[in-house]
Amino acid sequence: MAEITATHAPVTPSRGSRRWRALLREPKVLMGGGFILLLIVLAVFAPFIAPKDPLEQDLMSGTLPPSWMDGGDQNFLLGTDDLGRDVLSRMIFGTRIALTVAFVAASLSALIGTLLGLFAGWYGGWADRIISRLVDIWMAFPPVLLSILLVAVFGSGVHSVIAAIVIIDWTRFCRVVRSETQAQAQMDYVTAARTIGFSKLHILFSEILPNVAPVLIALVSLEMGIAVIVEAILSFVGLSVSSDTPTWGGMIAEGRQIIHDGWWVLVAPLAALFATVLAFNQLGDGLRRALDPVMRR
Amino acid sequence: MTKPLLSISGLSAVSDRDGGAPILRDVALTLERGEVRGLVGESGAGKSTIAKALLGILPRTVRVTGGFVNFEGRDLLRLPQKALRDIMGSEISLIPQDPQTALNPGRRIEAQLTDGLRLKRGLSSREARARALTLLEEVHIRDPERVLRCYPHELSGGMRQRVLIASAFALEPKLVVADEPTTALDVTVQKQILRLIRGLQEAHGTAVIFVTHDLGVVAQICDSVTLLYAGKVIEEGRTSDVLSNPRHIYTKALIAAGPRYDRPDAGLTPVPSDVFDELRHEIRLHDGSRPHV
Amino acid sequence: MSEPLLMATGLEVTYGGRRTLAGQRVDGVKVLHGVDVAIRRGETIGIVGESGSGKTTLGRALLRLVDTSAGEIRFDGTDITHLPDANMRPLRRRMQMIFQDPMASLNPRHTIRRILVEPLLLHGVARDRQQAEQRVAAILERVTLPQACLDRNPHELSGGQRQRIGIARAALLEPDFVLADEIVSGLDVSTQAQVLNLLKELSTDLGLSMAFISHDLSVIRAICDRVYVMRQGRVVEEGPCERVFSAPASPYTRMLLDAIPLPEVDPDWLWRVSGNEDAA
Repeated sequence: MAEITATHAPVTPSRGSRRWRALLREPKVLMGGGFILLLIVLAVFAPFIAPKDPLEQDLMSGTLPPSWMDGGDQNFLLGTDDLGRDVLSRMIFGTRIALTVAFVAASLSALIGTLLGLFAGWYGGWADRIISRLVDIWMAFPPVLLSILLVAVFGSGVHSVIAAIVIIDWTRFCRVVRSETQAQAQMDYVTAARTIGFSKLHILFSEILPNVAPVLIALVSLEMGIAVIVEAILSFVGLSVSSDTPTWGGMIAEGRQIIHDGWWVLVAPLAALFATVLAFNQLGDGLRRALDPVMRR
Repeated sequence: MTKPLLSISGLSAVSDRDGGAPILRDVALTLERGEVRGLVGESGAGKSTIAKALLGILPRTVRVTGGFVNFEGRDLLRLPQKALRDIMGSEISLIPQDPQTALNPGRRIEAQLTDGLRLKRGLSSREARARALTLLEEVHIRDPERVLRCYPHELSGGMRQRVLIASAFALEPKLVVADEPTTALDVTVQKQILRLIRGLQEAHGTAVIFVTHDLGVVAQICDSVTLLYAGKVIEEGRTSDVLSNPRHIYTKALIAAGPRYDRPDAGLTPVPSDVFDELRHEIRLHDGSRPHV
Repeated sequence: MSEPLLMATGLEVTYGGRRTLAGQRVDGVKVLHGVDVAIRRGETIGIVGESGSGKTTLGRALLRLVDTSAGEIRFDGTDITHLPDANMRPLRRRMQMIFQDPMASLNPRHTIRRILVEPLLLHGVARDRQQAEQRVAAILERVTLPQACLDRNPHELSGGQRQRIGIARAALLEPDFVLADEIVSGLDVSTQAQVLNLLKELSTDLGLSMAFISHDLSVIRAICDRVYVMRQGRVVEEGPCERVFSAPASPYTRMLLDAIPLPEVDPDWLWRVSGNEDAA
């Protein structure tokens, strides 16, 4: 019955704009993506948005509670730590480290893991055997311990935190991309590409990769959340950037010391961590849902 | 004149998912005891929807807007859940389309065959097992003891379908709904299964609603046929009449469009567009005379 | 008599055979046992069989999409049995395939335009993009599809439309040989007739040789000149459709034909047992 109307297909808007609209209709994408966007703005314009210098110590105003509580000060909206540093400003500056690590580490892990996964899944044979063995062995190491070890070796700084995360997490991408590549390789559109005479390399990147992309995009978003947590753990342990630069993990470590006198110093960055990871997870979930229906419809 | 076993009248339904698009348009159908009626149509014609209405498994997105489905004096559309559950499986049963997915892969055949017997007829495990063995013999399975112990994946497609047929006839239903039961099977296996269904049906006096898109199958095992298009009954009657003297141009065109191994020039004439125009016209007339839902 | 365009002799295909680390060979399952096939220019042959007959494997072996464990394949005089990928590429243009499930055989992430234009540019059938687009527009007309299809993704078209895109894709490269693998299974009878007609016309217009794989003997009768009947990896009968369908030599063919219900009431049909029907 669909045949009668099918030969006169109605004109619908171009697929590009439809894809965007599908994305924007997904509530998780809007919420998660919106929050991340907010964080990006905070990170980029931190010096203009933060009310105080994050490093400025004001011993006269030490350990002040948030402004809406007794003893709070309007100048320090979320209170201060024991050295009189403004919690809010430190949190805003903390987004810089968190987001830098999130974006760079996730992208690099994705790049390395995806390339290896694509080759392993498509070419099979020895390439697959070597890469799979590598992944199995690699994944046997406890990740957090390994990252601590790596940072201890490389020295502190954002670059070593990123390196530590990438060196461990590429395996996650490799596994998923490899299995998705193998699944796509079974499909007839790949066989069709072979009958047409495209080279194996061309097929891998032109035919298979676009179909692996939805899974990949969702995974990158999740990975960003993971990277933020790993950075927080490392800075909690004092192995991240130098102690001058404010990080959420560092703040949590400091807050732990004075938890009875100034619980807000610990709770604020913890809440920020929680919200950020949640946002990345939601974004990833929403992206997966919005991009997947191409097949389902 | 005995009352028919099943009487569907004025059955109309729309799809809530497609903004109220009609799925069934005033469908009428009667079925006598022991009669085999074919429900034929191309995809989207509404035959599965009618089958689902008979089995009480209409999806939530389908809304019945009128008519009744009278089975032995009870309207299946308006029965409470419990009464419906009592009927399904024992008085009305199903032979499903896909033998792969219709059996639980995690349970042995014996369990699945004896479920209904124990639940609905209160048989003990031993009695149910004995009955299951008899059923498997009835569907010409050569080694019923072994099959009872098997898991579905250990049996071939044809064997699985036989088990499903045994299951459908297990509780001696009055009506069996066969939903394209041979579509997924090889043609030689199809013939055996058709023979089996017809044989069981004649032996037990069961009525069958046979959903299919294949006019050849209809010709060989259905006493009567109802042809659907876009949810509307286009033609119905005794199979021999409808196939040898079709009245509606759509019926004629459909018969001509099918390929035949004994005629080299058959199968190359699609249904002409003026036939579709006529059908569309009739549908518009029908929809126009109905109050807007 | 000119040599056939595509010829296979003694074709064998084995799945799953491998070497263990210790160097031992593990036997695989033999799916084709010494099959011979010959397809002449301009003729359409049918390859028919039930599930497990090996018909799909035979088709893919002819196109060098699966590896053969024995036998020879010759295309237009060239032995292509073990030709490396680079040498196969120019030949690939001349041997095309249409698939059963157009949903799976059209890349869901590509537009129809991309799916149809790229092969033309790859093989240089069109000089540049503009010429390619012209050819694509022409073929869409030929298969009666609206030009608006070009900017769509495959899932936005109907099943029949997708199938016609599959046919268009194969025909665009103007091949010498086309393999059609169960391309009308699952289509409505009316759509099926449209597709078969289209195929027949294109085959005449382009002078194509075709191998039409199907489990449906009636469909084979409609468009094939000769037919190969397969069973469990072997050819049990071969010949012109007229002869095979009216006077089959093999009891298996006879059994296949008897199993087909015709749309005319025949009270004896159901109970007629022919040959040795294995219980399923």
